[in-house]
Amino acid sequence: MELFINQVLAGIATGAIYACMALAVVMIYQAIDHLNFAQGEMAMFSTFIAWQLMQWGVPYWWAFLLTLAFSFAGGIAIERMLFKPLAKAPILTNVAGFIALFAIVNSVAGLTWDFTIKQFPTPFGSSPFLGSQLISTHQAGMIGVTVGLLILLYLFFQFTRIGLAMRAAASLPESARLVGINTSWMIALGWGMASAIGAIAGILIAPVVFLEPNMMGGVLIYGFAAAVLGGLTSPLGAVVGGFLVGVFENLAGTYIPGVGNELKLPIALALIITVLVLKPAGLFGRPIVKRV
Amino acid sequence: MTAMLNVKDLRAYYGQVQALHGLSFSLNEGSLTTLLGANGAGKTTTLRAICNMVRSTGAIEFEGKPLSGQSTENVVRLGIAHVPQGRGTFTTMTVEENLQLGAITRNDKKGVVADIERMYEHFPVLKERHTQQAGTLSGGEQQMLAVARALMLRPRLMLLDEPSFGLAPLIVRELFNILGKINRQDKVTILVVEQNAQLALELADKAYVIETGRIVMSGSAAEIANNEDVRKSYLGY
Repeated sequence: MELFINQVLAGIATGAIYACMALAVVMIYQAIDHLNFAQGEMAMFSTFIAWQLMQWGVPYWWAFLLTLAFSFAGGIAIERMLFKPLAKAPILTNVAGFIALFAIVNSVAGLTWDFTIKQFPTPFGSSPFLGSQLISTHQAGMIGVTVGLLILLYLFFQFTRIGLAMRAAASLPESARLVGINTSWMIALGWGMASAIGAIAGILIAPVVFLEPNMMGGVLIYGFAAAVLGGLTSPLGAVVGGFLVGVFENLAGTYIPGVGNELKLPIALALIITVLVLKPAGLFGRPIVKRV
Repeated sequence: MTAMLNVKDLRAYYGQVQALHGLSFSLNEGSLTTLLGANGAGKTTTLRAICNMVRSTGAIEFEGKPLSGQSTENVVRLGIAHVPQGRGTFTTMTVEENLQLGAITRNDKKGVVADIERMYEHFPVLKERHTQQAGTLSGGEQQMLAVARALMLRPRLMLLDEPSFGLAPLIVRELFNILGKINRQDKVTILVVEQNAQLALELADKAYVIETGRIVMSGSAAEIANNEDVRKSYLGY
């Protein structure tokens, strides 16, 4: 029983990271109807920025905030330079754009900081949380930060004017323009926010998986699995999906013989396929009906 | 009277296809004008061209300012509210959020709150349903919401694209009464595109008839209503 609870809690903790990645993916999907394959690499790059700042002696939380600001601006810059010109291009052109971005960010990070793995600090420590052996303070911190982020995002989208405008632009761009919303900038803002959310995920998971240019590969696949499970049109679904995938991954690794640590990733892929076959809109998504 | 909106030699294109062939007309400030025509005549395209939602050439001036080259959202910010065909309701949002979106470009918070209350007086059914998702409203209620949303901009000019479409006759009459009231009391200039020519001509002071992208007739609503050809083609008697 202790093992079970332990695995569930650890699953919730890593699930928090998947939830952040899924949230970033969903934000961009809502804005431009494409999956950002480079989301993980962008998060990794942000994490390196945080690491570099700390190497230069910037205190942890200042480095954290500066990295968020950098990521936000960087996300907007990427949208303006690369994806705004592609707005009316076919899907494959966009996919090529994402893959190019993936390769460029990955290589630039490798070139700048090389491919050796690096330790990344945690501000929460790694002692047992509240004296219990079930979960570490860093894991508790990951959960706490994610839940806090969610509440902030909820308040932003429900109660601020710009949040309302972003929702309108995502749901019906033409009507949004007709009430005077600059939908193009709302998309850029979505990119900036997604990039900053990804940065949070990267910074939180780096102490666990260690920092190196390929650290987000697996995490992003789980993020996709979470987003698909929750429904690509629902931020709430992305988060619930993230936690479910985290728990599911851990329990399968523990209790299904032969899965272990090595076969955890195929489980995420199997989950994506199962959901797409059985319930394509996901748990919380609304089915998309296109008039033809 | 001065012309509020001046349209000269408007030509519009969908890809290679030309939909408008040099349309010219003007709207006087405070007037209620209707644009009549059959399916495919270019009525919707004319409204979309004013808001720069379709590729067009020619000159459009609003209160002396040229509109060509402006983005749709900037045209709207000048005070032109457009109620599109199909109403453009944000169906996944609540009625109240739809109204707030109508006023999203305004900075006077108190004024917006007061205007929402005013809309609830104009359209009591919206008040009853203000927390409901807009997609759950009936067609008539959604059209009321679309008009209310447009009014939240405090527009100087309102463009309506077939507001009667798909509505029961009684609802249409109620809606047109409200439009008349908005035009007279709030001094909003209105251009309404209609297939329901009879009602539109009762309501309007001025009318244009358009056929295959050209204006073929213009005059006071009464003149147009008494015109032999119009009666045969559009009024059916």
